[in-house]
Amino acid sequence: MLEFLWLIPALPFAGSLVLAFAGRRLSRGGIAAFGVGSVGLSCITAFAVAAGFIGQAPPGHFYVQRLWAWLSVGGFTPEISLYLDALSLVMMLVVTFVGFLIHLYSSEFMIEEEGYGRFFAYMNLFVGSMLTLVLADNLLLLYLGWEGVGLCSYLLIGFWYKDPANGLAARKAFVVTRVGDTAMSIGLFLLFTNLGTLQIQELMRLATERWAVGSGLAVAAAALLLGGALGKSAQLPLQTWLPDAMAGPSPVSALIHAATMVTAGVYLIARTHVIFSLAPVVQEAVAVIGALTLLLAGFSALTQTDIKRVLAYSTISQIGYMFLALGVGAWSAAIFHFMTHAFFKALLFLGAGIVINALHDEHNMFKMGGLRSQVPVTFWTFLVGASSLSALPFVTAGFYSKDLILFETWASPAGSRWLWAAGLLGAFLTSLYTFRMVFVTFYGDAKMQVSRKPGAIMTVPVVILAVLSVLAGFLELPSSLGNVRIITSFLGSALPSETVSPGAAGAGTALMIVASAVSLAGIFAAYLLFFKKNLAADRLAGFVPGRMLHRLWFSGWGFDWLYDLLFVRPFFWFARSNKDDFSDLVYLGMIWLTGRFNNMLSVSQNGKVRFYAAGIAFGAVVVIAIAVFL
Amino acid sequence: MTASVNLDHALILAAALFTLGLLGVLARRNIIFILLSIEVMLNAAGLAFVVAGAKWGETDGQVMFIFILAMAAAEVSVGLALMLRMYHMLKTLDADAAGSMKG
Repeated sequence: MLEFLWLIPALPFAGSLVLAFAGRRLSRGGIAAFGVGSVGLSCITAFAVAAGFIGQAPPGHFYVQRLWAWLSVGGFTPEISLYLDALSLVMMLVVTFVGFLIHLYSSEFMIEEEGYGRFFAYMNLFVGSMLTLVLADNLLLLYLGWEGVGLCSYLLIGFWYKDPANGLAARKAFVVTRVGDTAMSIGLFLLFTNLGTLQIQELMRLATERWAVGSGLAVAAAALLLGGALGKSAQLPLQTWLPDAMAGPSPVSALIHAATMVTAGVYLIARTHVIFSLAPVVQEAVAVIGALTLLLAGFSALTQTDIKRVLAYSTISQIGYMFLALGVGAWSAAIFHFMTHAFFKALLFLGAGIVINALHDEHNMFKMGGLRSQVPVTFWTFLVGASSLSALPFVTAGFYSKDLILFETWASPAGSRWLWAAGLLGAFLTSLYTFRMVFVTFYGDAKMQVSRKPGAIMTVPVVILAVLSVLAGFLELPSSLGNVRIITSFLGSALPSETVSPGAAGAGTALMIVASAVSLAGIFAAYLLFFKKNLAADRLAGFVPGRMLHRLWFSGWGFDWLYDLLFVRPFFWFARSNKDDFSDLVYLGMIWLTGRFNNMLSVSQNGKVRFYAAGIAFGAVVVIAIAVFL
Repeated sequence: MTASVNLDHALILAAALFTLGLLGVLARRNIIFILLSIEVMLNAAGLAFVVAGAKWGETDGQVMFIFILAMAAAEVSVGLALMLRMYHMLKTLDADAAGSMKG
């Protein structure tokens, strides 16, 4: 089965091509058949390949499929070849499966949109690029997928391009991620010039051979790769694009900003974990950045009123957890959290899409309310997703993945109590803002009438994701609860296993109880504040410091304002003052001088014969004077 | 040749004539007077040649003067013809009026 691997990225690309060239001539049904069908087939192929891989593991637990040589220049011969191991297998399955569900959902969600074919062409291209990214055998092909993902996010965020604000959000996403991409491409140059190859496994081998732990080159390479990951995964300080990226349609947010694209950074770090292990300083920075990001985004999510912006900040925060896990060397835990997060965050975005759709494109949660009885299926599935996001103990997937991360942060030699405390505070914030969203949206008095109920095609993916948001957790249970290790043992062939410092292993149960208590405390606080309203949040926000904090968090800690001041305004000022290209002044000056000279000479051409005669006489006098006196 | 002319005196006379002619060319507006002044300048140059030829006892100076005379005759005939055309076109002999031909 493994030889069908190439079909997995090829099918979405083919679908995208068909829709791009023939989309206008197809009916809506035809567009949906191609758009959803290509990803569906790709998903089936992915499962077949996975079955082949797991059933009879290839030697060394990896499979390489060489397709063709891309180019060959001066010893640089990158190939178009695919690399399948446990890590890329998990990523591939999640991307195709969640991608397929989101496509299915979109086929109904977008049915009234004008650019139906265009939408699916972009979506297919996006899935194809993401699959190229995760299956790439060398960093150049990975970079191709990386940029393809960036391009598609630009196209899809600005899908409703007639509103200039959406175009602005799309450009912002493109430019901000470009900052990271530039760092990453420099990192690739550095790796190639020093190690002479971009083939990932070869690179990892050479890096361990030639670079000492903590050597300058290793640190520089890891830092540059981290720069790319920060941009794509919307981590501090490049997180500002993601909340604005909610300008795209809800399925786009689900696909790009929850399940796949933003996790590209996590994948990149996990894929090149050897380089990060060689640079402990950078790896520590990964953990600290993750911890800071999850806290900052958590506080910001508390104050948002737009339901999708809450989810956006929560995405930033959850990816912060994955970075935290990567930073402390809990590679498999990060990938496990990626998987559960893909399920429940896609679920939440799709649920939010149904709600927004049902209420005439209303995004403000505080104008919603009482939706519980009007869209019951959506409510229950949304509740499952929200519980999973808030890590409701024992029954949700989010609990097991987050608990694993918190445990590793505590127990790993690279972790620390501070990082663990940050993760714990983040967990409290997560359940607080999640259930704030649930209570405000679905409970209380109904303020608007539901105009459009979701059909079966939109409901089925949501229900499937809700089931997975619960069941996926049971793939990995801590030692005190049955000790199931399916994910970590499977990923063990591709990623180094977690190290636990002696003495900390026994703390697992205690840590789990603390984490559960914190998660429940967050939900209870949300219940008091937003359901009972006996300690109204408004009153807290009424005091002056409270109001200032509220404004600061609402604006995402003022990063937009800061970047506007530091980069955008100076750049605009420079562009304005250089509107006439002042480097052109030299040439403009030459033109001006020639013109003046021409004016001067043409004055002498006055047609007066006596003036000419005087000129001749004067000239003769000068010449004679020179001849006589010099 | 007993009573030879002093070379310096003759050259000063030629220079004075030349300057007068030049001033005439520059100051006069009537084109006939300009042509006359040019003749004066040519003759001043011719005088300088003759005097110099006499000084060195060579005939070159006189040969040169005959050349200048021939050239002056040709110049005057062309100049007069131009002058007549100009008078036809502009109905005036003012040299500055021909400035309308500039371009």
